[in-house]
Amino acid sequence: MLGKRMIGAAAAAAIAIGFSAFEASAQQRQRFDYWYGLTGQLGEVMADHCKRFNESQTQYEAVCTGQGGYDRAEQNTIAAYRARQHPTLVQIYDAGTVNFMLSGATYNAVQFARDFNMKIDWNDYFPGVALYYATSRGEMWSFPYNSSSAVMYWNRGAYQRIGRNEAAGTWEQLENDLRSLKASGHACPMAIDFDTWQWVEQFLAIHNQSIATRANGYQGLDAELVFNRGLLPRHLTNMKRWLDEGLVRIQTAQTGKTLVQAFADGSCAVTMSSIANHGVVGSTAADRLQWSVAMLPVYEGFQRHNSLVGGASLWVMQGKSRGEYQAAAAFLDYVASRAEVEWMPTVTGYIPITNAAFRHMQETGFYSRPGFAGRETAITSLTFTPPNENTRGIRLGNFTSIRSELTSEMQAAYTGQKSVQQALDDAVARGNQILRRFEQTMRGRQLP
Amino acid sequence: MSGKRVTFKNLWLAILLILPQLFLVFTFFYWPAGEALYWAFTLEPPFGGEQQWVGWQNFETVFADPLYWNSVKRSLLFAFSSTALAMGIGLLLASFVDRQLAGYKVYRFIYFWPYAVAAPAVGLAFRFIFAPDAGFVSAINVWFPGLWNPALDGFDAMVLIVLANAWSMVAYNFIFFLAGLQSIPRSLVEAGAMDGAGAVRRMRDLQLPLIAPTFFFLIVINITDSFVNSFGIVDITTGGGPARATDLMVFKIYSDGFKGKDYSLAAAQSLVLMLMVCALTFIQFRFVERRVHYS
Repeated sequence: MLGKRMIGAAAAAAIAIGFSAFEASAQQRQRFDYWYGLTGQLGEVMADHCKRFNESQTQYEAVCTGQGGYDRAEQNTIAAYRARQHPTLVQIYDAGTVNFMLSGATYNAVQFARDFNMKIDWNDYFPGVALYYATSRGEMWSFPYNSSSAVMYWNRGAYQRIGRNEAAGTWEQLENDLRSLKASGHACPMAIDFDTWQWVEQFLAIHNQSIATRANGYQGLDAELVFNRGLLPRHLTNMKRWLDEGLVRIQTAQTGKTLVQAFADGSCAVTMSSIANHGVVGSTAADRLQWSVAMLPVYEGFQRHNSLVGGASLWVMQGKSRGEYQAAAAFLDYVASRAEVEWMPTVTGYIPITNAAFRHMQETGFYSRPGFAGRETAITSLTFTPPNENTRGIRLGNFTSIRSELTSEMQAAYTGQKSVQQALDDAVARGNQILRRFEQTMRGRQLP
Repeated sequence: MSGKRVTFKNLWLAILLILPQLFLVFTFFYWPAGEALYWAFTLEPPFGGEQQWVGWQNFETVFADPLYWNSVKRSLLFAFSSTALAMGIGLLLASFVDRQLAGYKVYRFIYFWPYAVAAPAVGLAFRFIFAPDAGFVSAINVWFPGLWNPALDGFDAMVLIVLANAWSMVAYNFIFFLAGLQSIPRSLVEAGAMDGAGAVRRMRDLQLPLIAPTFFFLIVINITDSFVNSFGIVDITTGGGPARATDLMVFKIYSDGFKGKDYSLAAAQSLVLMLMVCALTFIQFRFVERRVHYS
């Protein structure tokens, strides 16, 4: 019974494939497959970008498929590559960069641009964006796309009630502000969560502290984690103290409101999150909520350094036809054109990723328009200093697992199961085991 | 037994008829299981390529990890408590409907619905309802501040996933218990009632022994299901936290394998999980089933 139904289904599928192949040839447009990870409103923007490309010319057609999340996009691409069914182009998040660099499955961006006569100006990307996706020698292997950085969101109204009209520049000042906010009756002066990106990774970068040896992993797979030394233990100990004093509160989807929701409805006066959420806060903010963004604070006595880029880049995969590559090259040229780099920040909170686009947007007054004012903060933060070994990025194998070990240990420390130092020591020890396993799995391969 | 066996005269036809089914079982069970077995003894790079044979290293890594044993402990706790809860409530509801309490026709119809809800949807609903800041249950924290917070308290988080899993399993248990109870001749139950046995007494001494085979079947199904199907609920409600309090075995396999792309470590863990579920089922058949009398 089932067998018969399957044969029927197979026949129907074969006919459908036949028809679509016929359709394609009738249209005479060169197609290529592109998979993206973003979902929800940002996923719609990804689909829109494809549509804009397809309508902008008649020669090529991008067939774009959302994969339901960044990690799914990576998983699905790996599975598809093993079955030789992979797309030509795929959107991969920052943390997936190492796997793709070592995969042998990708067509490196600089080589690809040369082979297909692309018009990309590599030097126009902000260095903080470019170097995250570049090899240790600075050669870019993927095309930067949707990019962000972390900023501090602060409630102007609440600050006015404590007699202040600017955001805290240092953690010391922020602690005073939080204390005043609490004294003024604000039940949640600052919202935090267990995301390592803004609370640990960005923190380390702007304080010029290493997360790992070997230039944060860029120079080799034998890197070892070191974030249990230096400033981080002191900072997280402060954080735990503030938590106990009620100066900060934990806000996650599990408690009912995420950081962004708790800030936008006015219940928490300060939080730190991606600039990509600027649009979300704008459209969901409670009535009369006066708010703004500022750079993440630094501790007194520390020089501020540039923050890290977040988001995703576009990777070209090996093993596709020349026609598909030409179509993909046209798409990549299109999304990297100044007009399109400028379009992205108008429909999302992402930043323009090239100097030319940013300058043009400043000149045309984009950053003084209501709703967009303040977004340049992310670029100021990202370009604050030229990137160095601690601030250009993080290149560690299986970094998603290291992040989740650190998240679990932060939960243990914040809920009082162990001291902050113990938690960080444990996270480093477990993270190093993950790195050694990754190194062994990739034996014989070198980071480019 | 052999007297009842059906024999086919045409062996080739029989083989031909079962071939599609065998093909499916092979493709979707034996092949992946075989692949997992191979991966468990190698180090598999995410994109494939040269694997290294590493013998028992993956298993040694798994067993030497204290946090793995933590996840085994949490899984056992989760499986036994949600099974007990789901079967207890299922039996209670089934006995209400069996006794034809007011509105039982409506209940008989709607009690089964939760089983049709996919695990992630159950997780999402429970996350909303039990959110300490915003959910319906947040009222508890108004009266007793800080009493309920599954985002920070590991015990609360475990309670939450047990409740969510039990809620979706109750429906299934309810249907089987009801069918079991209704197959008991009315005259037996009525005779018990006339002799003065109350509802609880009749359940304990009369109905439960008579539906023992159903009871045993449900224990096996519930425990197996709690081990292998809990992933969706954990992923949405707690994400394995806080501080690994709900890091169940199946969720750990997912995070190591699919999030961390360490396929070999995940393969070794899934083999351990498979053997463990087999062993639990074996124990149940060996020791519990002896007390069950099929009529």
